[in-house]
Amino acid sequence: MLRYTIHRTLLMIPTLLGVAVLVFVLLRLMPGDIVQLRFLMEGGQVSPETIAAERARLGLDKAIWWQFYDWMTGIFVGDFGISMWTGRPVAREISSRLELSMQVAIMATVLATTLAIPLGTLAALYKNSWIDRVIQVFAIAGLAVPSFWLGMLIILGLLLNFGWIPPLTFTPIYEDPLKNLSQLIWPALAVGYRYSAVATRMTRSTILEVLQEDYIRTARAKGLYERLVVGRHAMRNAMLPVITVIGLEFAFLIGGLVVTEQVFNLNGIGKLFVDTVTRADYTMVQALVMLVATFFILINFAVDLLYAVFDPRIRYR
Amino acid sequence: MSVITTTPEFTYKVPKRHHPVMQFVVTQPLGAVSLVFIVTLFFAGVFAEFVAPYDPLEIDFTQMLAAPSAEHWLGTDAFGRDVFSRIIYGARTALAVGLIASFIGSTIGAVIGIASAHFGGRVDMAIQGFMDVLLSFPIIVLALAVVAMLGKRLIGGVDVNLILAIAIPMMPRVERVVRSSALAIREMPYIDAARAAGYGDMRIIFRHMAPNVVAPYLIMFTAFMAQAILLEASLSFLGLGVTEPTAAWGLMLSGTSQEFYSQAPWMIIFPGVAISLAVFSFNLFGDSLRDYLDPRLKV
Repeated sequence: MLRYTIHRTLLMIPTLLGVAVLVFVLLRLMPGDIVQLRFLMEGGQVSPETIAAERARLGLDKAIWWQFYDWMTGIFVGDFGISMWTGRPVAREISSRLELSMQVAIMATVLATTLAIPLGTLAALYKNSWIDRVIQVFAIAGLAVPSFWLGMLIILGLLLNFGWIPPLTFTPIYEDPLKNLSQLIWPALAVGYRYSAVATRMTRSTILEVLQEDYIRTARAKGLYERLVVGRHAMRNAMLPVITVIGLEFAFLIGGLVVTEQVFNLNGIGKLFVDTVTRADYTMVQALVMLVATFFILINFAVDLLYAVFDPRIRYR
Repeated sequence: MSVITTTPEFTYKVPKRHHPVMQFVVTQPLGAVSLVFIVTLFFAGVFAEFVAPYDPLEIDFTQMLAAPSAEHWLGTDAFGRDVFSRIIYGARTALAVGLIASFIGSTIGAVIGIASAHFGGRVDMAIQGFMDVLLSFPIIVLALAVVAMLGKRLIGGVDVNLILAIAIPMMPRVERVVRSSALAIREMPYIDAARAAGYGDMRIIFRHMAPNVVAPYLIMFTAFMAQAILLEASLSFLGLGVTEPTAAWGLMLSGTSQEFYSQAPWMIIFPGVAISLAVFSFNLFGDSLRDYLDPRLKV
């Protein structure tokens, strides 16, 4: 187990390096660099000397491998550089928005899980009944409804029914929990629906599979309460794939937030990414992509390890 | 005296075999229904000129933000453009982009997957390493990065880079699934036979292995049609996909439509319904296709 963990951790290094190279090269394929773009926005004529000076200040005049070297060595000492657009440190810009996005993501996860596991189990226990049908429709619709549109519908519903829309300025949870929750519950619902749909489907199918097992028949045959058969014997064994899906979808949630934050005008990581990617803010995009990719890989890794923790039959070598 | 013995007739009913298409309809009724919807959508998209009651670009300032009526079934937008007509033309955009992108993404993915399984060893390791890199991004993050970095490039009215941006994140996902199928096929005796006969790699990959991974390929292809439509809508919504004045579902939801939440809710409701229905039917069709072709495949 320990050997496996170390091996997997080491394998992450080439993948992350690949991500870094890919982003770095892709960014520099973009037509027109940040300096041109920025001066273009400000308008007016800019002398070539000014452009060259600004490039030199941002380190863009160096050879491309030197730029890459600078960036990589910076990361190792925890320096992600300064945003080429705002001039503020990238790490500060990101961490101030991470809080909001993470909160929405966690709220969505809690919401989705508390909905999905009972619903999926119910659907499996009453297979082919109307309960099952209703839950199935709920689940398959969740895969089709775009989260940003659901967000718009939620806003529309709130507006028409209560004449109220979530406030546009973010209130941290430690300042005013109620205000914070009343603002963030809606985007969490919008991105959480798809999430719960995926988890519901997974719960239903694994519980159905487990209920076919011999040990369930044995448990029933010895006269165990159905409540215990399902709760203890079936649930425990069915939870593994469900945990996997919850883990993997959590990483996808970050992607869903990219679009949904736009609808609710939330100043989170997703909005920052959309804003900076169009501005060719090299340092910012690089840092954001690395952050998301690392997170994604770590979640995958954590899911694999959880498997071994939850199911002693699984041994990694 | 005669004993009448009636030997009971042996009635083993041979299961009736239908034509493959009929078989699909009989065993997967939901899939068939969704297929009918998909075909209808395709016809609406292809023959949009004849189906749509109005020109989708026609601006009519006397009819701005008109509510749904007999004249404008689904109302009009802030420029007085007919929402229903724009949705029909939007079907053309969504299906064209979705079809081309999924085709490119899943075909390239499938070919790489087969090749990776066929060559094995170091080649396989290198390819899988690269795929791992691509798989470390959430789909939309990679698509967004590609589309922002490549910019727009119109060839024949279609934004090639938008299609690439949708196809690239799909490619490694198809590759994974096809590769795992191809790994099993690689061990088959007929592949050994082909190798023993001295056939080249290309011939083995395309003539012997590829036909045997058609099932996972088709399943992934339809599943990604749904994803591609969703992705195109998201990108257009963010203003990085299809741009005005072209009619596209995601685009209809962005910009002005959000300023008229209470005045013109139809501008928000109907394009979203179109996206959801299209994605829903492709998902449903994909699921049924999987149940029909290869129920054990995990997508």
